[in-house]
Amino acid sequence: MALFNFLRPKNKLEEGGRSSAPVQQDAGEPEENCPNCHKDIPLSRLWANNLVCSCGYHFRMKARQRIQTITDKGSFHEMYPRMKSGNPLNFPGYKEKIGTVRVASGEEEAVVCGTASIGRQRCCLFVMEPGFMMGSMGSAVGEKITLLFEYAVEHRLPVVGFTVSGGARMQEGLLSLMQMAKTSAAVKRHSDAGLLYIAVLTDPTTGGVTASFAMEADIILAEPGATIGFAGARVIKQTTKKALPEGFQTSETVMEHGFVDSIVPRSGQKKYLAELLKMHNWRAII
Amino acid sequence: MTDTAYGRVKLARDSQRPTGLDYIRKIFKGFIELHGDRRYSDDPAIVGGIARLNDLPVTVIAIEKGHTAKERTYRNFGAPQPEGYRKALRLMKQAEKFGRPVICFVDTSGAYCGVGAEERGQGQAIAENLMEMSTLCVPVITILIGEGGSGGALALAVADRVWMLQNAVYSVISPEGCASILWKDPEKAETAAASLKLTAEDAKSLGVIERILSENEIGKKEFYDRIRMMLTEELEELTRDVDLTQNRYDRFRKLGQSAVIKE
Repeated sequence: MALFNFLRPKNKLEEGGRSSAPVQQDAGEPEENCPNCHKDIPLSRLWANNLVCSCGYHFRMKARQRIQTITDKGSFHEMYPRMKSGNPLNFPGYKEKIGTVRVASGEEEAVVCGTASIGRQRCCLFVMEPGFMMGSMGSAVGEKITLLFEYAVEHRLPVVGFTVSGGARMQEGLLSLMQMAKTSAAVKRHSDAGLLYIAVLTDPTTGGVTASFAMEADIILAEPGATIGFAGARVIKQTTKKALPEGFQTSETVMEHGFVDSIVPRSGQKKYLAELLKMHNWRAII
Repeated sequence: MTDTAYGRVKLARDSQRPTGLDYIRKIFKGFIELHGDRRYSDDPAIVGGIARLNDLPVTVIAIEKGHTAKERTYRNFGAPQPEGYRKALRLMKQAEKFGRPVICFVDTSGAYCGVGAEERGQGQAIAENLMEMSTLCVPVITILIGEGGSGGALALAVADRVWMLQNAVYSVISPEGCASILWKDPEKAETAAASLKLTAEDAKSLGVIERILSENEIGKKEFYDRIRMMLTEELEELTRDVDLTQNRYDRFRKLGQSAVIKE
């Protein structure tokens, strides 16, 4: 069976990391350079492996692709797809910027919400979009997430949320800041109703999102190597004028300090989430 | 100086302005300070305890910047560590248990950003406050007395009533931070300050605060007497509110809705 050795995981990060055998590379196929192992990976192989390099490095993933890989086929029903932020403060340059971002990302806003099944477990799902101003939280993002949690309370559903965010969207000023309080209040109501909320923190989860719904889940999971923190590393370095410790603000360190339950590589996430959802739905089983 | 937004920012940061402890000492009687978060340490940037408002026992919590260089260093310039927020939450829960209203004074450029603060969960500490304050069963009034810096200020401002002093500012990011991120130029802080809509008047028109407090005779007895009277009247009304937590939920629920296009 030595012939099939290439199918075996080479290291811990890679365990279960391959969804299939490596795809045959086309001649002249575009490649992506891995920032971790610095190897060039053919795009087809990267895509076949959920945007995870064979060294275990997780590339950022678009919200729609994530939904496709994590939910049961055809089970996702999007909610509030047209909802988006205006320019409440007439912030200079915001209208033009967000217009460009909408075209480039193909999304109206930085979060996609809906209902779905994961391993036949029904839930509400939100997935933030890194390609939309790095998942920045403005009024519409806050509103959509709040509406989703309210819907989940009404229909007694668990919530699964994938976070990726640089924080609150400064172009919407105080209104963005208030979304932290608004979403937190909605999470609290969901929690008080005895319902499960699982957050999966992906690279990067920082600022106002870390300081609100990302850190308020019953179970907090993280992707390997993701940046998780409140203040930006650059700002901390400027403020303290000291070198930052190794691995600062990575999933692994944040877990070491007790703020993450488990690190789950992308390939194992669906099964992991399904199992967790199932364990909290035992009344339906017996 | 008060006619531009950035002028207000400078005023709000003025070390001569009354600080949190000044308000506690002048408005309330018999302040008993309570220390520590019962988990790790005591953060001098946040002061809290029990005091009497006229005769009514209340829990007071204030971010303290200090006046002199020595005080300011000791108070970490009013930049709280996670322990500060956890102490605040402990005192609020205690207030809830004993049916005391909570009054917070906020004055911070933001939660402290440092390696230790991150490692001990600055984000988590703020998040927990936001979540728990939303359902606190006792009236909560927050007054922004100087700088209201982002999440670090909001962590004490999930209240039934939020008031601002006339020259206080409340913002999602410092004008300097905003300018350096958006335009890679901290010199553009003035433009950023104007764009961020961070003055008391702006906050009121956005529905983020209920009331602007005049700074006439600031620091004098009349000034504190006036605030004491307003707090007393407002608490009387809030104590009668049977839908307190529902109203607090609705207060924050509607914020930002006007900025959302639904189509």
